[in-house]
Amino acid sequence: MPSVRSAAFGWGLSGGAARPRMARPNWLRIRGPLPLGTRRMLGLCSFLLPLLVWAIVSYVPFIWHPNMLVTNPGDVDYFQVGMSVDRATFASEVTSALQAKQAPPQGVPANPLYLPSPGAVASAFIAAFTSSAGNAEGGWMLASLWKSIQVIFWGFLISSLIGVPLGILAGANTAVSHLVEPIVEFFRYLPAPAFGALAVAVLGIYDGPKIAIIVIGTLFQQILIVANTTRKVEFGLVEAALTLGCRNGRLLSKVIVPAILPDLYRDQRVLLGWAWTYLIVAELVGATSGISLFITQQARHQHFAAVFAGIAVIGIVGLGTDLLLGRLGRRLFPWDRSAAL
Amino acid sequence: MTDQETASALDPPPDVVARLERMKARDVILRVEGLDKQFTGRGRGVKALDGIRFQTHRREFLCIVGPSGCGKSTLIRILAGLEAASGGVALLDGVPITGPGRERGMVFQGYTLFPWLTVKRNVMFGLEMTGTGRSEAARQAGEWLDLIGLSAFAEAYPHQLSGGMKQRVAIARALINQPRILLMDEPFAALDAQTRARMQAYLLDIWKKIDVTVIFITHDLDEAIYLADRILVLSPHPGRVQEMIEVPLARPRSPAQVQSAAFRATKARLESLIHAPTSSAAEEEPYPAMPLMANVLDTVE
Repeated sequence: MPSVRSAAFGWGLSGGAARPRMARPNWLRIRGPLPLGTRRMLGLCSFLLPLLVWAIVSYVPFIWHPNMLVTNPGDVDYFQVGMSVDRATFASEVTSALQAKQAPPQGVPANPLYLPSPGAVASAFIAAFTSSAGNAEGGWMLASLWKSIQVIFWGFLISSLIGVPLGILAGANTAVSHLVEPIVEFFRYLPAPAFGALAVAVLGIYDGPKIAIIVIGTLFQQILIVANTTRKVEFGLVEAALTLGCRNGRLLSKVIVPAILPDLYRDQRVLLGWAWTYLIVAELVGATSGISLFITQQARHQHFAAVFAGIAVIGIVGLGTDLLLGRLGRRLFPWDRSAAL
Repeated sequence: MTDQETASALDPPPDVVARLERMKARDVILRVEGLDKQFTGRGRGVKALDGIRFQTHRREFLCIVGPSGCGKSTLIRILAGLEAASGGVALLDGVPITGPGRERGMVFQGYTLFPWLTVKRNVMFGLEMTGTGRSEAARQAGEWLDLIGLSAFAEAYPHQLSGGMKQRVAIARALINQPRILLMDEPFAALDAQTRARMQAYLLDIWKKIDVTVIFITHDLDEAIYLADRILVLSPHPGRVQEMIEVPLARPRSPAQVQSAAFRATKARLESLIHAPTSSAAEEEPYPAMPLMANVLDTVE
């Protein structure tokens, strides 16, 4: 019999009825849909799984714990209560003490100082918000955070006031695009912190240079991203407006700007995240302030739980703002069907 | 059908002759004289239009047909002012067309409704752009929405409408500016057959009730015959006027006329023009013979 393979190309997937019904969603499908409950559950796991790993490493004594925390120094003269020594040293001290018929030191397995447990971070987090202990300038997390938010706000506002109009013009007009974009492309490769010393020389040591660093870090990306978004406006809309008697300035304000608004809003959300990533570097310029001061001070005193709490606060504020803006966006642009998240 | 029968079917009956005479007695609204379009790019130019010459009368319904590559879209875009001609001139009421203007409305194949505006605000757009007050524009838009039967959707956004509804809004949006001519670039090509038939009847209904000249591009010969007073046939590479045909069908048009001898004769005539042996053989690329990959005994034909 000639071997004729009727389904050689997989065109005729014979027996469609025999295929199992797609009762449960296939998680491996490309862009396969998932029910809302599953999506929420996955979103929660995205936070809980790393937290679980962290908790296991912290609380299960035999997982890692390379050090011993001394609870009783015994007769070892250089040991102190609360001292963290590595296991090998501790073990050798125990054996030498036993051989010399002296009291051996006692201790419990511990992780290095720089990996505090989730519980320690949580209590440091609460303490940082509730107590005004520490010095008045930096110890108090809420004041530090407020300071940082102000720097971000002004930096992002100034950047947007320049970057958004310039980006729209560059995206809408070829002449502006060719005049502006080459120099912007050059500047966007320069790391913002490189301007730190210059910014301090020009703007002093307080908020000025910090805001400037955020502006420098955000603005050039912003111009290019907004210009690109503007270029993606369906040209048919512009042509339709032209045939309806719409001209120059109004073409920009009545067609191009409204057409890009949802995408512009999304760009701004991404760029705001970008601005946050420049925050620490910016705050270290001149007189250290804000959340950076909190973090660096706590690190200097080896309060790593508080350092972790400070870092977490930045993430929480950033993510929270973004979720809020995302929700607001869906209300602001009811016609936008590509709304993600 | 013999040649003689065809010829007789193509002769318009007296009432059609009278109507066409009335049409030609009206003023010439659009005169296109020797229009050329040369696209230059990557070293060598491509000639899209070559000496296009025709004229339309006020309240005429003119369809433009032709095979792909005949430049019919380029032609209508030049008439809309969205592209500049390389040579020749198009005169609207004796005034050369130099750019887009509200006296020439346009309906595109892709609906091009403004997605951020409600249906009503879309219709109002043209009036607001040309200085009409918001309340007056809203009143007129309301009337147009009544006319196109979409009052219930006044506050809906375009993405909530079906294709046919969108195109009705696009037509209202163009007509609210009271243009002298309405340019339509394959406006119903993306619609399904039933919606398209309804939209055609609907367009004829609007056209006969308002003082507007329609220039309608299509590649669907049935659509052209059903809608038009006259049909301009273009030939490709470069686009040239091949012939101007008068449609020998009485108005009002009805779907039943598709079966008539005059309709079939007109279609045969158009087909012979468009698929004439003059069309270059290079356009129709040969494709290789497909080997049999199924069971030889399992035949489907």
